[in-house]
Amino acid sequence: MPLYLNDEQTMLADTARDFVAQHAPVKHLRSLRDTSDPTGFSRDLWKQFAEMGFTGILIPEGDGGLGLGHIEAGVVLEEIGRNLSPSPFLATSVAAVAALNHSAQRDRWFFGIVSGETVAAIAVDEKAKHGTGIAMRAERSGNGFRLTGTKQFVAHGHVADLILVAARTAGSAEDEQGITLFAVPKDAANLSADPRRLADSSLAAHLTFDGVEVDADAVIGEVDQGSLPLKALLAAGRTGASAEMLGVGGGAADMTVAYLKERKQFGAHIGSFQALQHRAAHVYAEMEVARAAVLKAQQLLDAGSDEAETAVSVAKATTALATTLSVQEGVQMHGGIGMTDEYDIGFYMKRARVLAELFGDANYHADQLARAAGY
Amino acid sequence: MSSLETFRAETRAWLKENVPASMREPVRSDTDINWGGRRADYAKNPDQKWYMDAMAERGWTVPDWPTEYGGGGLSPAETKILREEMRRIKARNPLNSFGISMLGPALLKYGTEAQKLKHLPKIARGEIRWCQGYSEPNAGSDLAGLATSAEDRGDHFLVNGQKVWTSYADKADWIFCLVRTDRTSKQGGISFLLFDMESEGVSTRPILLISGYSPFCETFFDNVKVPKENLVGELNKGWDVAKYLLGHEREMISGMGLQSSGGNPLVDGAIAMVGLDESGRLADPLLRAQIALFEVRAKAFSAMSERFIDELKAGKAHPAQPSMMKYYGTELNKTRHELMMAAGGSDALEWDSMQSNGGAAARAWLRTKGNSIEGGTSEIQLNIIAKRILELPSQ
Repeated sequence: MPLYLNDEQTMLADTARDFVAQHAPVKHLRSLRDTSDPTGFSRDLWKQFAEMGFTGILIPEGDGGLGLGHIEAGVVLEEIGRNLSPSPFLATSVAAVAALNHSAQRDRWFFGIVSGETVAAIAVDEKAKHGTGIAMRAERSGNGFRLTGTKQFVAHGHVADLILVAARTAGSAEDEQGITLFAVPKDAANLSADPRRLADSSLAAHLTFDGVEVDADAVIGEVDQGSLPLKALLAAGRTGASAEMLGVGGGAADMTVAYLKERKQFGAHIGSFQALQHRAAHVYAEMEVARAAVLKAQQLLDAGSDEAETAVSVAKATTALATTLSVQEGVQMHGGIGMTDEYDIGFYMKRARVLAELFGDANYHADQLARAAGY
Repeated sequence: MSSLETFRAETRAWLKENVPASMREPVRSDTDINWGGRRADYAKNPDQKWYMDAMAERGWTVPDWPTEYGGGGLSPAETKILREEMRRIKARNPLNSFGISMLGPALLKYGTEAQKLKHLPKIARGEIRWCQGYSEPNAGSDLAGLATSAEDRGDHFLVNGQKVWTSYADKADWIFCLVRTDRTSKQGGISFLLFDMESEGVSTRPILLISGYSPFCETFFDNVKVPKENLVGELNKGWDVAKYLLGHEREMISGMGLQSSGGNPLVDGAIAMVGLDESGRLADPLLRAQIALFEVRAKAFSAMSERFIDELKAGKAHPAQPSMMKYYGTELNKTRHELMMAAGGSDALEWDSMQSNGGAAARAWLRTKGNSIEGGTSEIQLNIIAKRILELPSQ
């Protein structure tokens, strides 16, 4: 398969670009922030995502979705990134769907996701740095399980209808075996959410599970075998976050280049200065390479390839580095105005930092690569 | 089975049978590479010649060229499969040549039928080795500032002037050369000529580099007579040919950022020199971190190369994208060799010892410093990206 978008994917990209730019441009984020919106995103917009069919993009046609792949999900995510649109799309339609896709849980949740009724949150991290070490415990209790522990950096965790939780049913924190993945409904007793406002104005919750009782049918996949759906979830989430970062970094680069063409100093457009041209060209090169890495990861994931895991780490690390560069250079090249709240470029910097951290930063993924290569 | 699957199976079988064991070993130095040509010496390794001939017989030294010019006539998909299958068994390139990577594509686009038939099959069979006469002492990165002149003398051009940084001019049989045929227009007064390096009036002098090698030469032309039929494209329109060819050169040089076939010399070398600790990690944590972050970028660039080739074949690549590939690939390659030196420590510094394989690591490290200068400096590539892709204004 050639490494560029085919005609259908390009058409979808055009549709997504128009839709997101029209319904959720940066000023949508501004207005949610300025009104201290307690949800962090718009439920109405989520409904519109459903009307476009986007919510079920990875859900099989037989379940009412579009039955498309990670490339198509990425196309939508890139536009979400370009417009900094607050949306539960990544957590719900990409990460959660990837975990639920091959489980008995699909019948219970897919309809709501497709229709835009259901929002999902992903509760994996237990520390400020992402890692797959899971200490939270799930003990057998009656017909089901009793969950005890805490999770953090759970985007939309305070309002989600469904929370995917990785907990330990056997073994100790760093073991890969003995993890079980649960689908916990939001109204579960003894579950409390403490939403925190992040640097990019989004909301992510600290969740406390103080003996939360769930039925046995809340288990996604098999007991003790949660690392399988968890891997699918993380691969989809990381790749999706990478695609969203392409939009953030690309959007910042576009803004910056436009500014270089318009702003005059010393009697000339600043974009004619070689020092700035070289910085902008370097950003372009890094973003292009990141784009290729993301497409490679998406293709390998869609093909179910053994090489997907490495490609996903490469994509996540590369987009984190390239996008960080793009937003930093963007603020620098905008000069003082780039530091003002009124101007959008700073919003890109904040979003990039959050996405870089989500599901593991560049260092985490470089480390994964090194381990896989045996050094 | 689809026809491509059949092609893959047949290709795999043929390569298994026909690629000699010594041609599956990693290339260790410049002298290990087969460049072909009238003066090629195969006494050291007759396998080189055998392998090149066997591949040329099938047109596989230039798999995507038309068969009438010595190519394999393969489709882009088949060419990709052939390369994948060669990589799979770590097969070397049967033939390395500026004829294949640079002149050939330019002749296919701009050459007359007679020129194609005369030169392309000899390139494909490795009979004629070409060099490139572009750079001049006073032009540097301002390539179009060249002064070497070609006067119209009725049935021939009379060429006078000097070129510099002519790679392997002392070993090449023919040269493709940019000459000035009109002094009144800078870019519009350049023509593209081909001629035999054995012509009277051609002389070369190797330039010793910091790596101790001398792949480059100064090349002098003193009243060299070049038949008119050797003009490629139109008179005074050689700049178009030159630019087209430069795109291919940049594409070729950008390949340096990619890992060589098989193994990973950086990681393997670092493990061998520094060792692993009890948890299986490189014993030097900072070197490990640097290598890991480098490998992330190298793998991403590998995906970029795949994307670039795919887009190029589909006509979707921006015409200035080779500049990005050249810039990124060569900067990456410099970083790789810097890390290889860091991993090797003082052993890698030994210039002529057995321990250092004749200073191979140090010489390769020094050589890579030229990657971001030759074929258009990194700064020139960034200028091109800024102006042609980002469309930033000129001063």
